[in-house]
Amino acid sequence: MNRIHQKLQENKKLLSIYFTAGYPSINDTVSIIEDLEKSGVDMIEIGLPFSDPLADGPTIQASSTQALKNGMTTEKLFEQIKDIRKTVSIPLIIMGYFNPVLQYGVEAFCKKCQEVGIDGLILPDLPVDVYAEQYKDTFEKFGLKNIFLITPQTSNERIQFIDSVSDGFIYMVSSASTTGAKSGFGDEQTQYFERIASMQLKNPQIVGFGISNNETFTQATQYAKGAIIGSAFIKHLTNKGVNTIDAFVKGILN
Amino acid sequence: MSYNINNKGYYGEFGGAFIPEMLYPNVEELRQNYLKVMAEPEFQEEFNQLLKDYVGRPSPLYFAKRLSEKYTTKVYLKREDLNHTGAHKVNNTIGQILMAKRLGKTRIIAETGAGQHGVATATVCALMGLECIVYMGEIDIARQAPNVARMKMLGAEVHPALSGSRTLKDATNEAIRDWINNPVNTHYIIGSAIGPHPYPDMVTRFQSVISEEIKWQLKVHEGRENPDYVVACIGGGSNAAGTYYHFLDNEDVGIIAVEAAGKGIDSGESAATSVLGKEGIIHGCKTLLMQTNDGQITEPYSISAGLDYPGVGPLHSHLYKSGRGEFYSATDDEAMTAGLELAQLEGIIPAIETSHALAIFEHKTFKPEDIVVISLSGRGDKDLQNYIDYFKL
Repeated sequence: MNRIHQKLQENKKLLSIYFTAGYPSINDTVSIIEDLEKSGVDMIEIGLPFSDPLADGPTIQASSTQALKNGMTTEKLFEQIKDIRKTVSIPLIIMGYFNPVLQYGVEAFCKKCQEVGIDGLILPDLPVDVYAEQYKDTFEKFGLKNIFLITPQTSNERIQFIDSVSDGFIYMVSSASTTGAKSGFGDEQTQYFERIASMQLKNPQIVGFGISNNETFTQATQYAKGAIIGSAFIKHLTNKGVNTIDAFVKGILN
Repeated sequence: MSYNINNKGYYGEFGGAFIPEMLYPNVEELRQNYLKVMAEPEFQEEFNQLLKDYVGRPSPLYFAKRLSEKYTTKVYLKREDLNHTGAHKVNNTIGQILMAKRLGKTRIIAETGAGQHGVATATVCALMGLECIVYMGEIDIARQAPNVARMKMLGAEVHPALSGSRTLKDATNEAIRDWINNPVNTHYIIGSAIGPHPYPDMVTRFQSVISEEIKWQLKVHEGRENPDYVVACIGGGSNAAGTYYHFLDNEDVGIIAVEAAGKGIDSGESAATSVLGKEGIIHGCKTLLMQTNDGQITEPYSISAGLDYPGVGPLHSHLYKSGRGEFYSATDDEAMTAGLELAQLEGIIPAIETSHALAIFEHKTFKPEDIVVISLSGRGDKDLQNYIDYFKL
């Protein structure tokens, strides 16, 4: 059974953390993944840095730019995590933009993911219709779950379509924004969370964007299966370094 | 074979809409409406009226006698440089501002490199009384001060793009991010024939007035509608797209594109995307772009800020790959020399972008009876400092 499916069946609210591979230092990738798991994180999104991350705000942009300066590449990432499944058992997802995957070769990329033990992909600029027509078979052949985003502006009809193509969870973007732009939730988000919860989708939802602490994590998971933290964790790495990951995660969960 | 866009938004294998879900409602709203709105008689009437009374169209098709003599062929110049704001860019911003109004948008954003599209956008926003925010790379703001002042005088806010290389591609990223953060009231006026479908097609259609006029104007001059060649410079490719549009499926008309070779194709400082680029995704569309083997988008170089873009519109990628278009590239030196030559032979100082198209005579010899129409996409006022520095004037 795919590790994502298994994790989603656990009777708890899930905390997923995003970080940019190769940041702060090129060789931090593996230790960050291991420390996150030890701290009690349920799932990890490994960011594959891109030169032009147009859905990301300044924090993740800056971490991507630094990671690329550090010498991060697709090949290097696969090399770094080739033995990751000897030490880590939680679901691992690669999150990045489509162009680096396209240049690596979609099939070669998926094959490599399977080899190192990646469970799924999030590629925000690979639209669901293109995926369904051209790439779904390849992803499935290598056991990869492709995770799609929905936003407060996504129509119910489109959400149904995304739900039908998805097999894992749906990444529920909390507000119309780039990453790290907003913090906290208002009535608008609550109404949106309730609307989605009432749709009874076959895939559970995990909320992302705007979650930075215990309060927002609790709010988001009131309606959803879990929540994803990205920019706040990158900021923590920038300000506090890689040795206090446990304190960050405990701060969210308690 | 058709060279135009298909019903899925692709030119051959290029185009499409590779956008994050956050942008889907905006782009989809535009996709569903743009052809319908453009076909409305009232829209057509307002668009054509503004092109005539405000922009000053039709722009002349001028027989360049001395240039023709020098290169022993018949050269016509399509004078987009005489448009209001000094370039072809305004054809598109007029069209898009009317589109934005039809869609009920109250806030306009745009990206700009050299500032020409920014000025053309700020101009139409002033005309329509709409809020205008222009994203411009921090480095470009420093090197294009007069255009920054123009935009401000026209009432636009100029926001510096501080990320990445702080030039046109990053200004485009910032504009896209703004649109993600303001999905309901905002329209994004893209300035070139790039971006997610329907932008390349919409921009091309608004610019197609260039080739529409060439046809009837050439008929008056020469008794025939079709030249032997149409020539244009290409960065993203909006003036080229408009110049080619009505000739795309008429293979008797040769299509010639001139890209910016910068300091030379192999110098590492170039913007010749068709030669140096590889298929990939940039700013929401699949096209040829300059990138590393790892798929990171690289920074181009050209003396002309308007051609300094790492990609090329999907129409042009298709024209290149299918062989329908002949692609050349002109170095900084060739372009500057061609610009000076036009000034001294015809009394017209062209934009440095346009000078690249004029450098075609360095690369191709035409027959004496050939009719060659060159798109004179912009005037050189904005580039005077560059010309002064280059020629020590």
